Amino acid sequence: MSSETEDLSGVDSIPEPQTESIDWKNFLRSNATQLGMILVFFGLWLFFILSAPETFLSPQIYLAFMATTPLFAIMALPLTMVIIAGEMDLSFPSIMAIGMVAFIFIFQPTGNVFLAFLAALAAGVGAGLLNGGLVVGIGIPSLVATIGTQFFLRGLSLVLLQGQGATLIEARGTFVYNLLVGKTFGGIPNQFWWSIAIAILCWVILNRTRLGAHIYLIGDNEKSARLMGVNVNRTRLAVFIIMGVAAAFSGVLASLQVSFFWPSLGEGYLLSTLASVFLGGTSVFGGTGTILGTFLGSYIIGAINAGIVAIGLTGFWTELIYGLIIIISVSMHVVMQKRIK
Amino acid sequence: MEPTYRIELRNVSKNFGEVQSLSNIDFKLGQNEVVGLLGDNGAGKSTLIKILTGYHQPNSGEIYIDGNRIDSLTVPLARKLGIETVYQERALAELQTLWRNIFLGRELRTPFGLLDVKKMKSETNKLMLESMGFTSNAVNPDSTIETFSGGEKQGVAIVRALYFDAEIIILDEPTMGLSLKETRKLLDFVRHIKDAGKSAVFIDHNIFHVYSVADRVVVLDRGRIAGEFNTDAISLDDLMDKMYRVAETGSLD
Repeated sequence: MSSETEDLSGVDSIPEPQTESIDWKNFLRSNATQLGMILVFFGLWLFFILSAPETFLSPQIYLAFMATTPLFAIMALPLTMVIIAGEMDLSFPSIMAIGMVAFIFIFQPTGNVFLAFLAALAAGVGAGLLNGGLVVGIGIPSLVATIGTQFFLRGLSLVLLQGQGATLIEARGTFVYNLLVGKTFGGIPNQFWWSIAIAILCWVILNRTRLGAHIYLIGDNEKSARLMGVNVNRTRLAVFIIMGVAAAFSGVLASLQVSFFWPSLGEGYLLSTLASVFLGGTSVFGGTGTILGTFLGSYIIGAINAGIVAIGLTGFWTELIYGLIIIISVSMHVVMQKRIK
Repeated sequence: MEPTYRIELRNVSKNFGEVQSLSNIDFKLGQNEVVGLLGDNGAGKSTLIKILTGYHQPNSGEIYIDGNRIDSLTVPLARKLGIETVYQERALAELQTLWRNIFLGRELRTPFGLLDVKKMKSETNKLMLESMGFTSNAVNPDSTIETFSGGEKQGVAIVRALYFDAEIIILDEPTMGLSLKETRKLLDFVRHIKDAGKSAVFIDHNIFHVYSVADRVVVLDRGRIAGEFNTDAISLDDLMDKMYRVAETGSLD
């Protein structure tokens, strides 16, 4: 710091040192959303155990839960970054499918699961570039651009495979299969570990890289970010690409898990993924949001999904409840934001 | 030998579509000089400084920094060359924490390429205590900017410009929204820039502020330079007369 700086606020008294108790207060305040969510999570759990004890006291439901929740958690985590950056991506369910189309195009002639897996991820990068290109290059609002690509990519998948599904039985038992959807420690599905690994990766990107810092900045105030030299377009492009790769990855997990590719793959993931992000406290206006919040949000959504069925309600209720969760969590955030101002 | 200017613009023009914002501007900022930029609304002051900071690229003309021709000046390049700016709009991200705003666009990194959050927070804490004068316990490096007062926000923008050891500091309407006391501190701060051997471009609506701190005043009018005066060679009254004449007739005399 140079010596010529001046006290600009006009207060000359000596500051008091910060104490431990204040740090605690700050910690509680700045993590209130996440702490609240952990309480909600355990509250819900208790509720489900009380209402359906046979189901919720047996390990089966948790193993099923650990296999299905990661499929949308893995997309909700990067979607959090997209939304923090002030953008939206609604095309990820179709990216799951187009990634698997690429997978099958390589897998059927070669039988090589690893190459097929790389092809799926490459298709994810391509889809992300398409979304990012429409937003950055042409200037279409991302909400609209990705509604367009959602239909376009779904249609492309259907056209390329002529609406047919494809079996993935031959992939079973291969190294890649075991790595992605095998089981470890007496039955825990690897999808669960992947969701944790990707959460950590997303946390590092968002909180410990310049890209992450710039994601927060462009979502908060794009003009300021530009004035201070942040490359806004490159940052935007990056979040769409990360989203694309993650969706393709999730598509591979979802398909290998059932050893079959359905061309409708991804349908049904839109609501649970969005609900996870918004339940996790990410602002719909951009600029704020956390990976931990989304991670917890995903597993709460997964628990609700399992709980609804276990309690004996029909699957119709899930959509109603997810929709409600999105409306309530976004409304709460907006109301709280207004109270601060 | 010809003196090297810190910044020199030669024959710079800038238009936005049909609107000619600047035409054939020649502008110089000398070593250890404070230049005041005066002009009515729409005279092109903001466009001129945004060219100096690399935010806008001119349609024609040349930019020299420390005597070197710069082909395409961008914001990161300008900051690298030691030009820091306190923008009229303050260029803060209000939902973000204080430390993120101080290091906005120039985040510190560890040797592994990851953000050095710990260092950025401790540097911010140091700046807060030594330079910004934030003393309330409610404010810490993790406080979000939206809770700050106007003067505090301006303090953040200025301290940020200084942190990176800028050689050239550009201040765009920095007194806007400040109290009298804060304004006085700001003018003192501009004098400190001069005392420290650095250069500054100071843009303000208020002719008294500009006259009191600038070595030289450049008057802009409708995208052209209407005139330049050394403040020790013209009285405040004469300068004011000329400003009125420019505003009415477009000519200084």
